[in-house]
Formats: sequence, C-alpha cells, structure tokens
Amino acid sequence: MSDHAHDPKHPKHPDHSLLPSDPALRVKSLETLLVNKGLVDPAAVDAFIDAFQNDIGPKNGAKVVAKAWCDPEYRERLLEDATSAIGELGFSGLQGEHMVAVENTDEVHNMVVCTLCSCYPWPVLGIPPTWYKSFEYRSRAVIDPRGVLAEFGVEMSEDVSVQVWDSTAEIRYLVIPKRPPGTESLSESQLAQLVTRDSMVGTAVIASPNDAGSD
Amino acid sequence: MNGIHDMGGMHGFGRVEAEADEPVFHEEWEAKCFALNFTMGGWRKWSIDASRHAIERLDPATYLSSTYYERWLAKLVNLSLESGLITEDELRSGEPAADSTKQVPPVDATAIRSFLKKGRPAERMVDRQPRFQVGEIVRTVTDCPIGHTRLPRYARGREGEIVRHHGAHSFPDSNAHGQGEAPQHLYAVRFSARALWGGQGNLNDGVTLDLWESYLEP
Repeated sequence: MSDHAHDPKHPKHPDHSLLPSDPALRVKSLETLLVNKGLVDPAAVDAFIDAFQNDIGPKNGAKVVAKAWCDPEYRERLLEDATSAIGELGFSGLQGEHMVAVENTDEVHNMVVCTLCSCYPWPVLGIPPTWYKSFEYRSRAVIDPRGVLAEFGVEMSEDVSVQVWDSTAEIRYLVIPKRPPGTESLSESQLAQLVTRDSMVGTAVIASPNDAGSD
Repeated sequence: MNGIHDMGGMHGFGRVEAEADEPVFHEEWEAKCFALNFTMGGWRKWSIDASRHAIERLDPATYLSSTYYERWLAKLVNLSLESGLITEDELRSGEPAADSTKQVPPVDATAIRSFLKKGRPAERMVDRQPRFQVGEIVRTVTDCPIGHTRLPRYARGREGEIVRHHGAHSFPDSNAHGQGEAPQHLYAVRFSARALWGGQGNLNDGVTLDLWESYLEP
C-alpha cells in the first residue's frame, strides 16, 4: 500500500490546532464554517442526532431477542440470515448492513468487541457506550475476556466456552442472550423489557426476574 | 499500519469502567461532531476505510490523549482539508474564502434519514470462487503493511479455522487509499485462545475475526 508518511497531503499531525483548544468551541467554529460554505445542511445534522437520541437504540435489539425467544421459526431465520430477520422488524441500515446473530447457550458464551476502532451494530443497539470504545475494553476483551466479564459482575464457569468476536470487517454481531429462568409466563413485550444492552454485547447475562431485589 | 489503534492484547490500560445509565451523548458538541462526520460524508470524498485510516494516522500520543469524539473531530478536519472541501485559511478565520461560492449541501434531513435506513453495504459480486471452505485450517500472513489493514497484529502468523464465508467484500487495504474496492472473499476465522496467547489462553476459549482472503494462506 502507498506510504503516506511523506505525503504532504496526508499530514501526520492533526490540523485541529488551527481551531480553538476547547472541543466545544472547535466544533462550533467548524460547524459554522461548514454551514456558511454550504457544505452542510443544519437540518440534516439535527435529523441525524435526533435519530440516535430517539429511534435507534438497544430497545430495537431487545425486540429482536424477545421474538427469537418466543418464536422458534424466527430464531431459525435470525441464526440463518440475521440481516433479513432483523429487517422483518423494521431495523436496518448504517452499521448493520451485514448482521450475524450468535446465540449464548449453556455451553457457549459469546462476546463482541472491535479492537481496531469502535464497530458496533447501530440499527439494533444504537451507538456504543463509552466503555465499549475504551482502550481498556478494546485491549483486554480478546486476551482476558473472563477478567473483563468478572469486572461486569459475570463469573463464567470454566466449562463454558467463551467466544469473542472481533469486528474487523463490515459484519456486525448481535448476541442472543440466554432467556432467564422464571420467565415462562411473560409475553414477548414483557421479555423485551428484560433484555439489556450489555447482554446483547455479551458482557452481561440476564438475571431471572425472580432474583430482582434479592441483594 | 502497526499503529496505536491496534490495541487487541495490549496490557496496562486497566479495568473496564462502565458508566451507569450513560446518555447517548454526554455533550452537545459530541453529538454535533458525530453528525457532521456523516453529513460531510455526503460529499463522497472519502470512504469508510479512508475515514478509519484518518483516525489511525493521528500520531500515537495524540490518539491516546484525545477523547473518542476529539479523534473524530481531528479526522473530520484532516479529511476536509485533504479533500479540498475547506482550506487552512478558512479553518483559521472561521469564514469562507472571499472568492468562494456558497455550495448546496449534498444531503438534507430526508436524505440523511434515508442513508441511515439503507446504510452502505460492503458486499460485492465477484466471479472468483472462494479459495477456502468452512472447516479448513488456514494460517494468517505475517505482513506489516504501512497503510490501512484490518488484520490486527495479535492475529498475524496464527493458525485458525474457517467457520463462515461472508461472500466477497470491498477490501479496506485498497479502498482506504483510493485504489479501488478490489473486493475479496471474506471469512470468519476462529482462533483458539491458546493459538493467540500461548499458555495464558483458556483451553475452551477462542476469538473469531473477519478476514479477507489475501490475509490467509492454506
């Protein structure tokens, strides 16, 4: 591949030194310039932010998981072709173009990371929490997944195989957590309420509702 | 490139600290920075691969001392300058150059919502048959390309098993440098924790990476 180290068009150091030092002021200054040049429509900026604050988030993934728990045929479709099965519920698009669902069982616990940047399945989980993008998680999830799980309060038995998925391409992974015991009588929408973001990344397991408040 | 971004397996960063009830964005500027990256992406001057590489190209000390959205801001500024969408003088003054003509933004609110919903698939049709089959044992190459690559250092020169064929996908090592998508077959390759980490790896555990065909040898 080409070497950009000596290419003046690809400076090594960021040129944000040309902007104010406070990041809020830097962004404001840049935004004003981009809007005044006609490069950016402020309404598009607002619409993009609004989508992540109001529409796109882990509630979407929770619906997918709850349906997979309740509907064996849907679960099959989800494991076979997650992109289209997730699309059936109306969730699709940016950073979820190529989805794969991986299922946690008594034998296997799956956990997702992006060691190189911050790849994450946006249409079902929204944008990632800070810990997912942190150097701590990115460096350790692959070499010490059990240690990371313990920090999330999950003690994984030695008998269980911990499988980590490093999102190095445009494939995005959704973990289907284990359905907790004591939920047989719950409806699909009640089940969806139990499904947490972290359980769909694989850093949490879902507690039985019977255990709620026991500690 | 063997950059600071390639963090898998590094020691020393410490515990993972999760924030309870974390908001989608902590600060308004972070939300704006995030959204500006995508609205500016509407000019189609850079690919997602070039965008990732622009973060990797930050010097290591800056990378480590910046917050997540500060890195995104540096990336947006650098890509906007390099592609000629803005000039250093404009950045310094905060005003469009006197001789510049006001342009029409390529994406409005409707277009950006549609982009979010449709995304930008990376799968491509190719005539070549996949070289490897599910179940086959492969070894990753040990190359250290100076440009963008998605084969992390911790998984180079290691033996793993093909567990899934994803079809052919645009190849980041080429596309990041404006040298075309050059699609290749892409596979999920599973490595045992022992193969990656030696005696420290748990016998039952493994790591799966999505790897392009040219990263792999029989």
